[in-house]
Amino acid sequence: MTINHRMSRRQFCSASAATLATTAFPLPAFAQAAARVVVIGGGFGGASCARALKQIDPKLQVTLVEPNRTFVACPFSNNVIAGLRSIEQQQFGYDKIAASGVTVVPQAATAIDATVRTIGLADGASLGYDRLVLSPGVDLRFDALQGYDEAAAAKMPHAWKAGEQTLLLRKQLEAMDDGGLVVISAPANPFRCPPGPYERACLIAHFLKTRKPRSKLLILDAKDTFSKQRLFQNAWKELYPGMVEWISLSQGGKVNAVDPATNTLITDFGNHTAQVANVIPPQRAGRIATIAGATDNTGWCAIDPVTFESKSVPGIHVIGDACLAGAMPKSAFSANSQAKVCAAAIATLLSGGTPVAPKLINTCYSLAAPGYGISVAGVYQPKNGVLADVEGAGGVSPADAPREFRAREADYAQSWFATATAEVFG
Amino acid sequence: MKTLPALLAIATIAVSGPKVIAASLPPPGAASCSGCHATGTASTSSVPRLHGRDAGEITTAMNGFRDGSLPATVMNRIAKGFSDDEVRAIAAWLAAQK
Repeated sequence: MTINHRMSRRQFCSASAATLATTAFPLPAFAQAAARVVVIGGGFGGASCARALKQIDPKLQVTLVEPNRTFVACPFSNNVIAGLRSIEQQQFGYDKIAASGVTVVPQAATAIDATVRTIGLADGASLGYDRLVLSPGVDLRFDALQGYDEAAAAKMPHAWKAGEQTLLLRKQLEAMDDGGLVVISAPANPFRCPPGPYERACLIAHFLKTRKPRSKLLILDAKDTFSKQRLFQNAWKELYPGMVEWISLSQGGKVNAVDPATNTLITDFGNHTAQVANVIPPQRAGRIATIAGATDNTGWCAIDPVTFESKSVPGIHVIGDACLAGAMPKSAFSANSQAKVCAAAIATLLSGGTPVAPKLINTCYSLAAPGYGISVAGVYQPKNGVLADVEGAGGVSPADAPREFRAREADYAQSWFATATAEVFG
Repeated sequence: MKTLPALLAIATIAVSGPKVIAASLPPPGAASCSGCHATGTASTSSVPRLHGRDAGEITTAMNGFRDGSLPATVMNRIAKGFSDDEVRAIAAWLAAQK
C-alpha cells in the first residue's frame, strides 16, 4: 500500500510538471537537444517509418523498439509452406537500420503513458517521446474460435505470423499421406493480407499436385467474397482441377469451433476432420495499441488520414495492419506507403508546419503457382475523414490475360519483395 | 524577455524548420513509387529505377499508361489515380533525386 501510494504521488508530480511545461511553452521538444520520435514495431511499417524519419530530418532522434533481433517477413512465406523457398530468404536484421542513425532498442514495449509521453520497456527502462509511432501489426485472437488457443495453434497452425508457425505447417504438409485432406479456415474481414489465404491454397495445391496428387484442399470461409476472387477461382480450375474446394459463409463455411485433439473444424453445417488443419483466426491490432488506448471497440485503431495520428490518443500515430486505413488493405506494401507518409507528417508537425493531404498506393501480388502472378492495386487519398479509393484507378489483373502476362506479374512480385526489403532493411 | 528568444533558438536546433522540411518532402504520391521501383543503383530488378530519370520521360510514360497507349501490367491501374499536375510534380521530384 505504501509503495503504491508513493508511486502514484510520483506519477502525479511528473504529470503536473509535464502539463505545466506544455502549457507554458507549447512547442515540441522544447528542452531536449533533438525532438524524439519513438517507433514501436520493426516490421514493414515501423522499420520503414524509422528510416524515413531519419532521412527526412537527420536532426531527429529516432528510436526503434523491437524485441526480435531477426524479422521474418510474411509476404512470400506461403512459398516456404509450399516448399518453394527457404525460411532464411524471409529473414532480415536491423544492423543497416542502426547504421543509418536509428537507435534500435531490442526490448518489448510493455506500457505507454500518453499524458507524460513515456514508454515502459520489458527490462524496466523507460523512454520519453515527443511523437510515438505504433506499428505493432496484428495479434491473433485466441478468444474468437472455441477451442482455438495458443496450445491449439501448436497442433493446428495459423502460420499467419512468419517463423516457427510457417515451418510447422510446412512440416505437417511434408508428413501428410497422399490422399489426405488439408483444410484452411479463413476469417471474416478485416484481417492481415486479404488475398493471403487464397494464395496459400494455390501454393499448397501446387505442392500437393506435384507430390501428393490424390490429396484435396478445402477452404472454409467466414466470407462470401474475397480479394482477387475471380482470378483465384479461375486459377484453381485451370491449375488444380478437382483439388481445391471453397465453401463460402452462406454455404456454411464459417468455422465456429475447433477440436485440436481430433484435428476437427466445426461449422453450423457439420464437422470437417483434416489431416492438416490451417486455422487463420480473427485478428486485432497488436496488444501495445490497446495498452496505449489507441484501439476502438473493433480492436483496431482509428486514425487521421493525413497524419495517421490516433483519433483517441494525441501524439501517437498508428500505421500498418493495426490501423483502420479506410479502403487500404492490410498489406506490407500499404504499411510501407503509410510509414513514409506518416514520417513526413511527423517531421512537418515537429517543424511547426502543417502536413499536406497525402496520396498513397498499394500493390499486392499473389502467386497462383510458380511463374503465375496476379495483382491488385489501388490509389488512395483522404476523403470525408478516411482514406478512400481514388475513383477510376486501381483494380485487379485482367481475367483473360495470357500466361505470358501472369509470368511477368510473377516476376514483378519477386522484384517487389527484393526492392521493398532492401528499402526497409538493406 | 530575453529567455523566450533564447529558448526558441534552442528549439530551432532541435528540429529543422518548416520550410526546410517542406522543401525536402516528396509531393503527394511520390513516396509510394519506391515500394516497387528501387532507389539504389545496385538493384538488378526488372522494374526500372526512377530516381534521376528525365522528368519528361516519366510524364510521357505516365500519360501513356493512363490512356492505354503504353502496354502495362499494373502501371495502367495506378496511373489513372493521378492528375496531370500530380504526375508533373512527381516526375520533377523523381528527376531531382540522385
